[in-house]
Formats: sequence, structure tokens, C-alpha cells
Amino acid sequence: MEVTTKSMPYGDWKDNEYIESLINELKANGTNVIVGKFDQLINWGRSNSIWPLTFATSCCGIEFIALGAARYDMARFGWEVARSSPRQADFMMVAGTIVHRMAPVVRRLYDQLAEPKYVIATGGCAISGGPFRNSYHVVKGVGEVIPVDVYCPGCPPRPEAMIYAIMQLSRKMKVEKFFGGVNRKESRKEFLRQHPIAENK
Amino acid sequence: MQDLSFITSWIDNLLAQTLGLPGWLTVTVECVLVGLVLLLAYALLALFYIYFERKVCAAFQCRLGPNRVGPFGLLQSFADMFKMLIKEIIPLNNIDKFLFGLAPFLVIVASMLAFAVLPWGKGLQVIDFNIGIFFLLATSSIGVLGILLAGWSSNNKFTLIGALRSGAQMVSYEISISLCVITMVCFAGTMSVTGIVEAQADGRWFILTGHVPAIIAFLVYIVAGTAETNRGPFDLPEAESELTAGYHTEYSGMHFGFFYLAEYLNLFIIGGVAALLFFGGWQPLYIPGWDGFNDIMANWIPSPVWFLAKAVIITFVMIWFKWTFPRLRIDQLLSFEWKYLMPVCLVNLVLMVIVITTNFHF
Amino acid sequence: MANIQEIVAAKFPEVEITQGETVEFTVPDAKWHDLATMLRHELGFDNLTALIGMDWGELLGVVYYLTNTQTYEVIRVKVTTADRVKPFIHSITDLYKVAGIYEREVYDFYGIKFIGNPDMRRLFLRNDWVGYPFRKDYDANPEINPVRLDHEEVEDTTVSYEEENGKIVKKEHVIFRPEEFVVNIGPQHPATHGVLRLRTAVEGETVTKIDLYLGYIHRGIEKLCESVTYPQTLHYTDRLDYLSAMINRHGLCLCIEKAMGLEIPRRAQVIRVMMDELMRISSHLFAIGTFCMDLGATTMLFYPLRERETILDILERTTGARMTFNYNCIGGVIADLHPDFQSDVKKLLEIMPGAIKEYNKIFTGNVIANNRMCGVGVLTEDAAKDYNCTGPVGRAAGWAYDVRKAHPYGIYNELDFNAVVRTGGDSMDRFKARIAEMEESCKILAQLVDNIPDGDYCAKVPKIIKLPAGHWFQQVEAARGAFGVYIESDGGQQPLRVKFNSPGFCLAGALDHLVSGQKIADLITIGGSLDYVVPDIDR
Repeated sequence: MEVTTKSMPYGDWKDNEYIESLINELKANGTNVIVGKFDQLINWGRSNSIWPLTFATSCCGIEFIALGAARYDMARFGWEVARSSPRQADFMMVAGTIVHRMAPVVRRLYDQLAEPKYVIATGGCAISGGPFRNSYHVVKGVGEVIPVDVYCPGCPPRPEAMIYAIMQLSRKMKVEKFFGGVNRKESRKEFLRQHPIAENK
Repeated sequence: MQDLSFITSWIDNLLAQTLGLPGWLTVTVECVLVGLVLLLAYALLALFYIYFERKVCAAFQCRLGPNRVGPFGLLQSFADMFKMLIKEIIPLNNIDKFLFGLAPFLVIVASMLAFAVLPWGKGLQVIDFNIGIFFLLATSSIGVLGILLAGWSSNNKFTLIGALRSGAQMVSYEISISLCVITMVCFAGTMSVTGIVEAQADGRWFILTGHVPAIIAFLVYIVAGTAETNRGPFDLPEAESELTAGYHTEYSGMHFGFFYLAEYLNLFIIGGVAALLFFGGWQPLYIPGWDGFNDIMANWIPSPVWFLAKAVIITFVMIWFKWTFPRLRIDQLLSFEWKYLMPVCLVNLVLMVIVITTNFHF
Repeated sequence: MANIQEIVAAKFPEVEITQGETVEFTVPDAKWHDLATMLRHELGFDNLTALIGMDWGELLGVVYYLTNTQTYEVIRVKVTTADRVKPFIHSITDLYKVAGIYEREVYDFYGIKFIGNPDMRRLFLRNDWVGYPFRKDYDANPEINPVRLDHEEVEDTTVSYEEENGKIVKKEHVIFRPEEFVVNIGPQHPATHGVLRLRTAVEGETVTKIDLYLGYIHRGIEKLCESVTYPQTLHYTDRLDYLSAMINRHGLCLCIEKAMGLEIPRRAQVIRVMMDELMRISSHLFAIGTFCMDLGATTMLFYPLRERETILDILERTTGARMTFNYNCIGGVIADLHPDFQSDVKKLLEIMPGAIKEYNKIFTGNVIANNRMCGVGVLTEDAAKDYNCTGPVGRAAGWAYDVRKAHPYGIYNELDFNAVVRTGGDSMDRFKARIAEMEESCKILAQLVDNIPDGDYCAKVPKIIKLPAGHWFQQVEAARGAFGVYIESDGGQQPLRVKFNSPGFCLAGALDHLVSGQKIADLITIGGSLDYVVPDIDR
């Protein structure tokens, strides 16, 4: 199955083997026809409506604003509904350096995102610490704190690169199975046991 | 003008006579049918408005707006809806669970009730109350309760500030709206929605016949209506840059979706009521003397199209507001209402009464 | 100058006076506060330009740069302490308001406690951070300070150290009383322009107090600079205040060149100034755009961004990047201009007047915008000096301090332009000052675009760059105000200390003063009008 988006030939994509391996893994046990059709419908909706969380720490955030502006206009893809509340957003563009003091905040924001949720690590700093890797106060990649779906390299990445990153994310959404898979599987009790919440002050 | 009540009477005949159902069952089935149609119209309109606003806003901002999903991006809001339906609704600790769950339903029920009494077209009306417009005002103000509850029950300081702002704002601007409506009700001499529309037949739209007081009432109504729907420049309750997402910060998934839909539907209701009160509801364009033209307008374009078109044009103006003006501050917002709009409304009401008693209208 | 030296020498015989780049006073801590009082009140040094913590191995200390705002004389004062376990230095918070936040920074990095500063908490690092990272003997082992995912404790009290009867006493103060309604704004908040965190006490809609938390993007750039060679330090400046990347880098290059005694080819100087001004326009465009967005006029964000893209195109053609240009280098610039540069700039100069007119039409004349901005966040001229608010903010308050005029660098003394000075000091004045500055920048560009001399674009520079032992301080006028670079060298290939004295830091320090007593919405207005860039504050 060739997963692609409008006006982008399959051969032009990078990392096709990842998507293919994902498809094979998911198809290993076969799919119920009705559930499969539902999945397609839901995934069509999900992959075309990716709302970002307004979250930026440094330079990459400015390029993210440029991405929303007239020249690059992410609204074409329906990504412009940037929500300020993590509960209403679909993915988090970690744009900028994550430092020690910010790490618990990033973690909390990620926890507050509603499932299904995704993370794009944007720019060298978020991927690995970038130029500041040797600093005493910089987290060496946001992957240490939260799981990352797409890495978008650059310092900062050009808006085109960000578009490509979100399109890759959209491809990933297209092949996932919603019914039984994406949503959080563990029960609430189990989740709370793993992530104890401090007593509210 | 074609009377579309033949559809409803045909269904009624079908159920009662052809199928021979008893009276109570007929009414039940009809109620369910009407409910379904309304729900569908409600959802479709909301989706249309979401798309419409995004396109309009893009046009104002030298952008293109959604154009990848479906032709011209028309399916964008459907994709959003599917996404929203399956988003997780996050259960929260330390909140008032009952009120938290109730709030979005209150908001959406309020707007749906108001939506139901709008006169869609000739003969297309769910119930023809003799106090229809009063019912509309009464139900639409339930919404503020939902917003207050949402803000309070979330146990979050941002939502609380947002909700209290919203409460102050909506209660204040409700006064202006009601006064404007009363002004027009005085002029029409009836509170029945159908009556108001019928009175504006043959191009006797109130905004023309009521001249100065009607125009003032219309302007005030549009301003107060924008405030009532919490839209820019009066979008303080959900002021993005101040309160993250305002009263619905803590809502996720379809609960948030309800707020989102209700916002757009309230916009439509304000537009619809404006069309009803000032622009003749579903009455077609009528130019005295141009009989051929009037004939085409009245007989070839169905009445719901007229109503929808008028409402959409008025809401377009309100969207225009939102994407043009900066936001007001809370004290400016309230002083604007209490110091300027409300006195203007009161004076305008007196003016209207004088116009009516002296018969100085067209 | 001799005059000041004589006055100080007469009154404080224990002060060592040396003449370097500027006059330097080395004063024992016990006399420091008295000296500072005299400098402030009698000699007219009413602006604390920079306050730099230092670790010389054995001695800890602080270096102060004070400016006389009438004559723009700068003097340097050095205060040291030999006690590395419990270092104390007297605070000058009562004389210069901006010292409060500067001293907290020094406490955070060097552990020097300031006697008399009412708020001695950590500023950038978590309050459970172990050690003082800028000390030379800091243990950077990641096991001591791992990435913690637990939230730090919320502190509602602070401590101060007071001198009573010759003894130093620790005192506790309450920041927020339990009954106060404290709203936490940030670090992830749409209006803080990054990751600033403000704990805000509100009463109804009125803000009563703001407690500033920094460090959510503190990357330790200054410490990193100490471990790399001079040419390697350059790229960090691009990522400080990324909206005036060129200008920051220009400042660092100037400072290193000054230390090396390097002569820069004229072509390079002209290119640098042109790039600076392009950068300034693009930064101000972005600033007014985001400011308007904060006020709720989202559409107004997109119009300036449209012109900004044009400028980025020009810069990209020459440098190859949109944001972090890496263009200035020691001795000049790294590559020659793109052949189309001149025609591109001319095109830009053609569209800019129309664009500015359009912004004014859309936004400046708007009634709501006027109501929101006029009289909100008024900063007086004295307060601007006191809080060291430079740049458009300071000039909007009436303090005519423009580094390009006061301490001209590059070829600015040959150019014809005005430092935009307004008098109101409110948000509207700041907004208008930025628009007027863009016009001035266009004027500078118009003067230079046809007069780019031929020649080398970079001077001959030795392969290995070593600075002689000493210290240098260089200011440039960045888009947000005076950006200072301080380098202290011990003669090696790596600096002993680099300090970036960023304008945004002082602006953030003035936030509490500006916002208290205003509405929550005004907090957003004021924040937008100050236009700080958080990585510039946190470094």
C-alpha cells in the first residue's frame, strides 16, 4: 500500500520503509472489513485535521509563526487551528531547546494532550541538544522526556521542512489503526498507578 | 412565494391517513423527524461556518485557507469533526464532575433551542409561538449559564476568570439585545416570529420602513450580538493571548467540540434574528414596479435560500469585525455597554414609540 | 575624567584607580555602597549599564559598568571577595532598581549573596539546583543535577540578607500571602513570547504584583563560551536574540576585534551596517505584528510578516539562512554580497513606505487600539534609566540613548539618521517608536545602498586567535536596545568570561513596575510593547 498525500508522489517521500514496516506490523493479524473501513474513515479525518499546540521555546517557534503566515500558509492543510490549551491539540511541535527547568513542564504538557497525541521534535536543539549539547542546563534531546514521532532537523528548519515533517506525521496517522491501537490501552487506574499525581495544593 | 408547508402536511397526511397511525404516534414520529432534521441542519451549518470563517479569515490575511481536503478544502471541517469525535475526553481530578459534564450540554442545548424557532421559510417553522421572539431571547440566554458552570467547575484560574468575564459581558449585552428586539417588536406589533416576517412582505423590510430608529436598533443589535456570541473584538472570555483558551481550557474531545459548534451556531442565530427583525426574514427582494423581477425573486428562489443568504451575509460582517479589530479590555467593554449602548437603546425605544404613534413611517 | 578620579581619590583613599578602556575603580566591599551612593547622586552616574559576576579562580567578584546619562561617560567598578564559601557583597538595589534582578542572576551563577537585596532567590535555575554553575570549580557531573521530571516547589517566601550591628542576618519575606489569588501565567502561554513565567497576583481583573521566573530557556551560553575558542563563540550570538541575530554577532565581533586591535575593511563595515539595519527592520516588523496579535488583532500579524519575508529573502540570498545567519566573522563578513543585493534592497526601500502607511491605516488609527495602548504601562524617563530600559522602550520614554549615537561604532558616525525619541512612554509610544525606527533604518539603507565600496570583505586574520590578557566591553544597538558584550581574557585561546548584557533582561526586570495596578489585559499589552525575546533574557 502506498501511503501518500495529495500532490506528492510516493517515490518523493523519504523513510518509506518505516511506513511500510508499520503497515506490515499492523496488518500481521489481518483486519475486520467493517472495522477496517471505519478505521479508514477516522484516519482520513485524523490525518487531515492536525491541530498544533502553540508551544515554542526559541528560534524554531519563529519559523513556526512564519509557517502560519501568508507565504507558507499551513492553513491550506488545515493545520492553522493552533490551540493554546493542550487538551484540545493533536500534536506538539517541540520547537526549540528544552532545558532542565523546562523538562517537567514539557512532560506535563505532553500528559495534558488528549489522545491520540503526537510529538514532532523540531530543530537540532529538540532532537539532540544541538549547539548547546555540552551545556549544564540543556536536555540532550526532547526524546529523553517524551516520546517523539517525527524528527525535523535544521537550525532552525525552514518552514518547508516543517511542512514536510507534519506531512510525514499525517502519513503515520493514515496507516495507524484507531480501533484498538492508538488510544490508550491501560485503564485509568493503571495509568494513575504509574504516574502518581501529587496531592493538589 | 411558494408555501413549503405542503411538505410537512404531506408527511402528516402520510402518517395519519395513509399509514393510519393514531394521533399520539403521529405527533411522536413527527417530533422525532423534526428533531433529526434540526440536528442535521445544526451540524451542517456549524461545519459550514467553521469552513466559512477559516476561508474568510484567510482572505483577510492574504492567505489561501484550507484547500487540500476535498475540492477547495470543502471537506476540511468534516475531517475536523471526525477527528474531534474520537479525541479522548480527559477525566480530571478535583473538579465538580457533574457540572463539568453538564456545562457543554447546556451551551449546546441553549443554542439549539434558539435555533429551532428561527423561521426557515414560508411554512417551514417548527412551532409558531405567539411569543416566539421572546422564547428565542429566553433560551439563548441559558448559554451563559453553561459558560459560567464550565469556568467554575474546571477548578482552573484561567477558566474562572474567563467565565466571570463572560458572565459580566453576556448579562450586560443581553440588555441591549432585548431592548433592540423590543423596539422592533413595538414596530411590528407582534411577538410571533411568523407575524413579524409576514408584516415585512412586499419589500416592506423593517430596516426600510422603520428608518432611523430601525437602523439605530440594527447597528446596536449587531454590536451587542457580536458581544453576546463572545466573538472578536469582544472575545474576552476566551482571549487567546490572555487566558489561553478561556472558559473551555480544560475541555477536550467532543466536549470542547460542543463549545466550538455552539460558538458558530450562536453566530448564525444572531445573524438569523437580525435577518428576521430587520431584513424581512425569508421574504424575497421586492422592488415596487418591477413585476417580472419580483416574480423571479419570489417564485424561483425558495424562501429558505433567502433566509440563509441574509443570515450568512450578516454573519459575514461579524466575521469581518473579528478579523479586523483588536480586543477590548474588560472595563472598556462594560463601560461601552452601560454608558453608551444601553442609553442609546432606551432613547431609541422612545423614538420608535414616537414614530409609531405619530405614524411617521413608511 | 581626571576630575572624577580626583574626587573619588579624595573621598575614598582606599579605592584603587586604574585607567584601561575606561576608568576602573577597585573598591573593597565595605566602602562600595558609599562609593556607589556618591557616584549615583553626586557624580551623575545614574544608569547601571551592566553588572557582571566574575570568578578569577581565587577571588569572586562583581564588575559594574556605570553610565552618566548626560555625558555618556562610562566607568567600571570592581568589587571582589576572597571568601568562596560564604561570599557577601553589598547590594546597590536601593540606588539602581535594575540591580535587583542583576544581583539575583549573579547569586544564581556564582553564589554571591548581596547584603540588602530584598529578594535573594535563584533566578534561572531550579530552586533545588546543586552548586553554582559559573564558578570555575563547578562540578558539571550530570548525576548531581540530572534531568528532573518532578515539579519544583512553589515558593511563596523569599530571603534577604541584612547587616545589623556588624552581623549579617537572614530574613524571610512573604511574596504572596495565602489569601492572594495567584494566577500562573506561563511558561507555556501564548502571550509571553516564549517561555517566560509570571506568577501574578490579581484582585478581580487588576494585577497587584508580578513575580518573575526566568530560566525556562536558559541554555548556559556564557558558560559554553568559556570552553570554546573565540571564533567558535560567534554562532551562539545568533541564537540569543534570534530576531536581531546579525546585530548581536556584530557586537561580539567588534569586541573581539577591539581586543585584537584589528582594522576592518570599509566594505565589510558597510555590509555589516546594512545587514544590521535590515535585521532591525525585520525585527521591528515582527515585533509590531506579534504585539498586535497579543491585542487580539490577528490579521495585523500577517501584514508585517509579509514584508519581513521580503527582507529574509534578501538576507537569505547572501547568507543562505533565514534566521541564524552566521554571517559576521572576526575581521569582517564570511562571504561577499549576492550580486542582486543592491537591487533587492532598492526594491525593499520602494515597498516599505507604502507598507508602513498600510499598518498605520489598519491599526494605529483604530479606536480600540488607541484605547488599549494609550496611557497603558507608562514608563518615565527616570524609571527607564533606573531600570536600564534601552532601545525603543527607553527612547519612547524620553531617554535619548542610542548606542549608534552615544558610542558610535562601525560607520554610524558618518551616517545621517535620527535617534527616535518620544516623550509619552506608554505602549502607544513604543509602538510608534518602532515604526519610526523602521523609517530611520530605511533612511540609512538608502544612504548606503549605492555607496558600497569595493575591496576586501574580510581582513586578514591569524589562524589561531588569542586575545591579550585584559577585558573589553562593547555595546551595539540591537533591535531591542543596547546589547553589551563583555570579554575577559587571560591571554589564552578561550575566553575567561563572556557576558552578554542583553536588553531584554532589563525589560523583564521592569515588568513588575510597569504592570502593577493595571488590568490583566494590560499585562499582555505591556509585555507585547516591551517586545522581549525570552532566549535573549535567559541566555
